[in-house]
Amino acid sequence: MASENLNAAEQAEVEQPAAAESAAPRKRDLALVSRSTYMKEKALQYLFFACAFLAVVTVVLIFAFTMMQAAPVFTDIGLANFFSLTWAPTEGHYGILSLAAGTALVTVGALVLGVPLGVGTAVYLTEIASARVRALISPAVDLLAGIPSIIYGFFGMVIIRPFVAEITGGLGFGALTAWFVLAIMIVPTITTLTIDALNSIPMGIREASFAMGATKWQTIYKVVLPAAKFGIVDAVVLGMGRAIGETMAVLMVVGNAPVIPESISSPVSTLTSQIALDMSYSSGLHRTALFGMGVVLFIVSASLVGVVRLLSKMRKKG
Amino acid sequence: MTVYRNAPEPAQSAITVSDFNFWYGDFHALTDVNLNIAKNKITAFIGPSGCGKSTFLRCMNRMNDLIEGTRNEGTMELDGANIYAEGVDPVDLRRRVGMIFQQPNPFPKSIYENVAFGPRLQGVTSKSDLDDIVEESLKRANLWKEVSGQLGKDGLALSGGQQQRLCIARVLAVQPDVLLMDEPCSAIDPTSVQKVEDLMAELAPEMTIIIVTHNMQQAARISDHTAFFLQEVAGEPATLIEYGETDAIFTSPMDKRTEDYITGRFG
Amino acid sequence: MTENTHNSSAENIISAQRIKRALANGKSERISKNTSNAIMLGVFRVAAAITTLVLIAIIAYVVINGLPHISLDFIFGWPEGVNAEGGIWPTIVSTVYVTALAMLICTPIAVLAAVYLAEYAKQGRLVNIIRYAADTLASVPSIVMGLFGYALFVEAMGLGLSMFSAAMALALLMLPIIMRTTEEAIRAVPRYIRWGAYGLGATKWQVVSRIVLPSAFGRIATGIVLGIGRAIGETAVVLYTMGQAINMPISPLDSGRPMTVHLYLLANDGINMNAAYGTALLLMAIILAFNLFARWLSRKSK
Repeated sequence: MASENLNAAEQAEVEQPAAAESAAPRKRDLALVSRSTYMKEKALQYLFFACAFLAVVTVVLIFAFTMMQAAPVFTDIGLANFFSLTWAPTEGHYGILSLAAGTALVTVGALVLGVPLGVGTAVYLTEIASARVRALISPAVDLLAGIPSIIYGFFGMVIIRPFVAEITGGLGFGALTAWFVLAIMIVPTITTLTIDALNSIPMGIREASFAMGATKWQTIYKVVLPAAKFGIVDAVVLGMGRAIGETMAVLMVVGNAPVIPESISSPVSTLTSQIALDMSYSSGLHRTALFGMGVVLFIVSASLVGVVRLLSKMRKKG
Repeated sequence: MTVYRNAPEPAQSAITVSDFNFWYGDFHALTDVNLNIAKNKITAFIGPSGCGKSTFLRCMNRMNDLIEGTRNEGTMELDGANIYAEGVDPVDLRRRVGMIFQQPNPFPKSIYENVAFGPRLQGVTSKSDLDDIVEESLKRANLWKEVSGQLGKDGLALSGGQQQRLCIARVLAVQPDVLLMDEPCSAIDPTSVQKVEDLMAELAPEMTIIIVTHNMQQAARISDHTAFFLQEVAGEPATLIEYGETDAIFTSPMDKRTEDYITGRFG
Repeated sequence: MTENTHNSSAENIISAQRIKRALANGKSERISKNTSNAIMLGVFRVAAAITTLVLIAIIAYVVINGLPHISLDFIFGWPEGVNAEGGIWPTIVSTVYVTALAMLICTPIAVLAAVYLAEYAKQGRLVNIIRYAADTLASVPSIVMGLFGYALFVEAMGLGLSMFSAAMALALLMLPIIMRTTEEAIRAVPRYIRWGAYGLGATKWQVVSRIVLPSAFGRIATGIVLGIGRAIGETAVVLYTMGQAINMPISPLDSGRPMTVHLYLLANDGINMNAAYGTALLLMAIILAFNLFARWLSRKSK
């Protein structure tokens, strides 16, 4: 806040000489900034603004364009068909609910596995680990975040899938495999954001808790975690966004059967994986349905971002 | 060598320290400290910045254990038992030796929950017991009248001085034998300073209080005994220069360095 | 002494006794505090250990299985047969080509946008909207970005499946990453450095271009390198904007097949898993190299 105000103040400084120019001339010429310099500064400012505003334009464009492509979902497919259970494009059924159910199943499982692991790792690194261990593991977590999803998918396909197949019988394509793969993928996101949240808590309240005779664990769960709760929820929501939007890694392990999942080890399909799979050959209404799913995904991810922004506003208020 | 001015005898002491040395990693921070802290009296630690007085204070409830790479030698006895002996749990120790910090540090919880924190750690669960403790502790910390109607309010919403008294109430709620205060008045307004000093005077008859302060008037005003610490050469360990009755130290310091410090020639 | 702060000592003693009595009612815990402490700290240690082991497992697995198949022929050769044999050189070139193009498109815009947010913008609705948009852009699922890229660049703008279409879509993906790191970098430049320049009569643009951006350069570069790492590893965005045909791209309008898509197709077809391991290793090595480079840059600029 303060820095923004300062910016405004600085800006006023720059503009003042220009205003003085148009006023009656004084004994000594105060027009230190010539009109051309002033115009150049203004023009640059507009250019920078245009660049920043491009983010807004793009988001609107993505929504509008995907929406436009998806328009027949409303007119020709009909919302009743679109929000039904059966996905069978060759027979004119474009119901996305079973795909949405697949996405939900895969995401919830990934969160159940990934959140404790991610938050636990973050707590270990900020509250428990020695400086040396921290210096070793923190970069490792960053690297984990940098590994592309296709590698995770590949790893899931060749390592986790056979393992799951062994346990459950069958081929190992299904939600369970996706849980493991996505959990591994969202752990770095959740860990780094939780670390940020924990680091923003003043050292003083930890000291106060220890000085009261609290053990480390008591300090963590009675003082540190409650104080960081908004930041941690934030991290979980963003991890959830990542799980919902993940395409390739899921595509490679879920088995891609667009049906209501029978069990966690039977093949399912998600919104993202179905789009990726069908885009290569779809046409006509089938394709518009894919864009319709794109719109749904866009709305979900934009809403999650909205939730995170709301949370951070609440956090600032205290 | 330390100059002693009618310093407390071990018999009347809550804490006795002998040949105490302390290191941060390779840095030898304190050397050869020997002193007895009188029971149920107020003792002040004074000295310029970096003289080790806060470090020494934080040794008394083993807060320094939380910093990596610290170690110490010598003994520090609380009521006759060495707190650094094998098998002593620092967590239990801290339940007997409370601490107030320079920066008021209430938890981001309600006033009630702040005060109830310690008792809850000790297994107090009944609502009526907790209500009792919270009320009595806030009364003793002279904060009750200001907050009695709004115990659900966030502790951080109080003024700085009120926050510090809330921290004191929080410590009183576990009835420690010793209260360590690390410059408790340096971050709060003058009116609140007065209130905290009054409070210390009220608590002293049943609680051993040790205060680290930069303010020599404060030390002279409130303490029974004063210890002057000094690090003479940068990089060398600090030590205890002069220790004894506050009146003696302030009216007729024996060591030249003590005199220079309290007359404001350095520090 | 002020009256309202003064309790009689008798009251004090009663108070203390009441607190002590209530404290005495405290029950000892069912599990001792030290036991619960040890157990829970152990749980956190295990969590961190699992995270670390998974990372090591993934890297080790890819390295062990990929390394035997890496050779100069593999890196610099052309694919043979059904594109599953031979080398992967055209896919490496396609990946480098499209990433470089995306970086060239994205970086100036992202940096100038960050300059606006950090130096010019006044806190208000408009800035809030821009930030919300940037956050949304950062969280758009990559397949949606791919869909959009396909509909706009490939079809509506007639660019076809090409390096350019893919680079535009990737640029959108990198935009929020570079924007955020650059803004943080600019904000980290101490204010007094700016004041010195203003004091000498510099205009705002002079201050920004000659003082602020040069001092923030190291951290901005870190952000760009991170963005590049992200773009190299992206699959879903390029799948339907660049195409899948093996091709050595020359003009920006040529199509191609990036390493990620190649890996996907190899793994999916399962004809030659050795080539898949080799491709995965190369891809991972490039991305880890970029991430380590970014870490090194950011450490250096501190």
